[in-house]
Amino acid sequence: MRIAFALFVAAFFVALGARADDSGPPHIRIGSKRFTESYILAEIAAATARSAGPAGIEVSHEQGLGGTALVYRALQEGSIDVYPEYTGTIAEAVLHVPGRVDVPSLRRALAQEGIGITDPLGFENTYGIAVLAKVALDRHLETISDLAAASAMKLGFSHEFLGRSDGFTALAARYGIAGGHVEALDHGLAYEALARGAIDVTDVYSTDAQIERYKLKVLADDRGFFPSYQAVFLYREDAARRAPAAIRAIAALSGAIDNPTMIGLNARAELDGQRFASIADAFLRSRSGRRASAPDHRPSLVRGIVETVRAEGPRHVRLVALSVSLATLVGIPIGIWACWTRRVGRVVLAATSVVQTIPSLALLCFFIPLFGTGAVAALAALFLYALLPITRNTVAGLDAIPPALRESAAALGLGRWAQLVRVELPLASRTILAGIRTSAVISVGTATLAAFIGAGGFGAPISTGLDLDDTQMILEGAIPAALLALVVEAIFTALDRTVIPEGLRLPAITRLTE
Amino acid sequence: MEGISKRYGDRLAVAPTTLTIGDRRSLALVGPSGCGKSTILRLVLGLLAPDAGRVFVGGVAVTPSTVIAVRRRIGYVIQEGGLFPHLSAAGNVTLLARRLGWPADRIARRAEELAALVALDSGILRRYPAELSGGQRQRVGIMRALMLDPPVLLLDEPMGALDPIVRARLQIDLKRIVLSLGKTVLLVTHSLDEAAYLGDEVALMRDGRVIQRGTLRELADAPADPFVREFIEAQRAPCA
Repeated sequence: MRIAFALFVAAFFVALGARADDSGPPHIRIGSKRFTESYILAEIAAATARSAGPAGIEVSHEQGLGGTALVYRALQEGSIDVYPEYTGTIAEAVLHVPGRVDVPSLRRALAQEGIGITDPLGFENTYGIAVLAKVALDRHLETISDLAAASAMKLGFSHEFLGRSDGFTALAARYGIAGGHVEALDHGLAYEALARGAIDVTDVYSTDAQIERYKLKVLADDRGFFPSYQAVFLYREDAARRAPAAIRAIAALSGAIDNPTMIGLNARAELDGQRFASIADAFLRSRSGRRASAPDHRPSLVRGIVETVRAEGPRHVRLVALSVSLATLVGIPIGIWACWTRRVGRVVLAATSVVQTIPSLALLCFFIPLFGTGAVAALAALFLYALLPITRNTVAGLDAIPPALRESAAALGLGRWAQLVRVELPLASRTILAGIRTSAVISVGTATLAAFIGAGGFGAPISTGLDLDDTQMILEGAIPAALLALVVEAIFTALDRTVIPEGLRLPAITRLTE
Repeated sequence: MEGISKRYGDRLAVAPTTLTIGDRRSLALVGPSGCGKSTILRLVLGLLAPDAGRVFVGGVAVTPSTVIAVRRRIGYVIQEGGLFPHLSAAGNVTLLARRLGWPADRIARRAEELAALVALDSGILRRYPAELSGGQRQRVGIMRALMLDPPVLLLDEPMGALDPIVRARLQIDLKRIVLSLGKTVLLVTHSLDEAAYLGDEVALMRDGRVIQRGTLRELADAPADPFVREFIEAQRAPCA
């Protein structure tokens, strides 16, 4: 029985060993922020690196790691190698320099941190002033200066644009737009209002998919009012050394994506529901002159699930297996210790209970400053979560041993260690195994949250699906997670039959007479 | 045992007591529940540390450094045998010998010998405790206690949970075993009849003290105090 238990623990270590992937062909990790455009650009970079890199290069996409601070931090720490960013954001949020900053000066500043920046990809994602294309044609509007010169335009701007100090008031001053009535409305309603003719002009993000849908024209910012948010890729310079061809190919994307192209790509994701990877693929094919493959709309739910299982299954299983096996290796000794020294026991159990009350997402985020984003932080959080049921059941299992058996083991002349290993742990094994089982099943569920901090797994389609409000995509992550929980249950039922000593599984026969 | 005593909180479990058992002699501790008789066995085994006094087994003082060696020179049998449910009967019997690295054939030989001694079919040894009757469990418990051929046997209510016929058979077998092997025996029981049958001498205890020690005949003929007379009279019928 002890051997079976050892095998069980060893099996988890094999899973651990399977993680070591430091040698061999390079591994490039592309990161993205949590919005459509960032996902698409990251997929484009990933596909580009894959086709450029040396044979066997492994390229992964750590989807939707979070906002600027988190993703840039992941890049600094090396948990990702490349991600798409905007020049204005780099200046403001990363380097904290005000005003318009050109790419060469950003490059100089970033080089000190070992980070490289590509030339601009060719589009800007900034505030823009948009009118219906038809209206622009009729009224000969090309630039914002043209707009300022035009008369009798109905203006309607979002609350945010009206409220910002660098918003409408400053714009009007710069361009000399005449005062008058300006309607304030919700950004989401502005497009409809334009289409109905209730307003003629509104503020947009310059690569918004709705620009294509409503056939809008974004007027040129001919006086350079809006800060420059040119899209670029940031990359680690050590990645450029590890996989020079891949990084060169990503840098060669500069100038390849203009605003209409990006708007079109965003529209494919948000309006047509196409996959980021297939959008990226189609874009790269059309760029290289090959014909795009048949219009690929989304796969069926079943195929989506199969793809998720293939792409994310190993990572999810590895997260669960590693965290639960580590928690087993640590939790059982803590439980034994807690049993032997009562005072320590109470403190330890209280501490693990407190951990259990922390919401899982909060706990995951708590580890980001310590371990960065990605698998290590997720493992640490899952490990702590798995610890309580195992420790608690170890204590309960050992406590439930009848004192007479405990004394018998001691009175036999077994040493303390032998009593524990030969008698107490086997007697408690069923309860301990039940604790591990609880931990494993909980971990399968909690591990879906790991995707929110970029550790991947079945949570990846869930978090992306939440961002896109795409129910099918959410199900493509949720269903495999539920199935995995069932598989884990089945495995533990089987383990119960093999690991638990046979004598403990017999129904107690009430006293037979001789 | 020299002047040992043990308290549980305020309650005195064993008053300062000195008891000696001669080599190959047997003594039965008798008394009502809670009189401290089982506590004395635990003190001998070093499962409890005495508040005062010392215990010697075969001339060796029981201390933390000698306790494991002492326990290996003592066979301990409790009610229901105290068998480990996760091990087969054979596994229970041979656990310590395997731990001590005895060769397999020696273990097998010894187990067969003991099975014959306690009159158990060796096929029964493959079963788990849950598959054994109460009497069989008790016999397996005795085998386990005798595995290393210890000079001393401590028996704590060994017949406690058995019905009268099984109990009578086991008493006969146990007496035969003890006599044939020449063990020093300390028996705890609440049955005076069993005490007299298995013990050369009887020590009657109450409230952590030995009230009187001697053969049952001596106790019956010259009770040291009214309690002794009362205790013996309460159980007079079976020893008539």
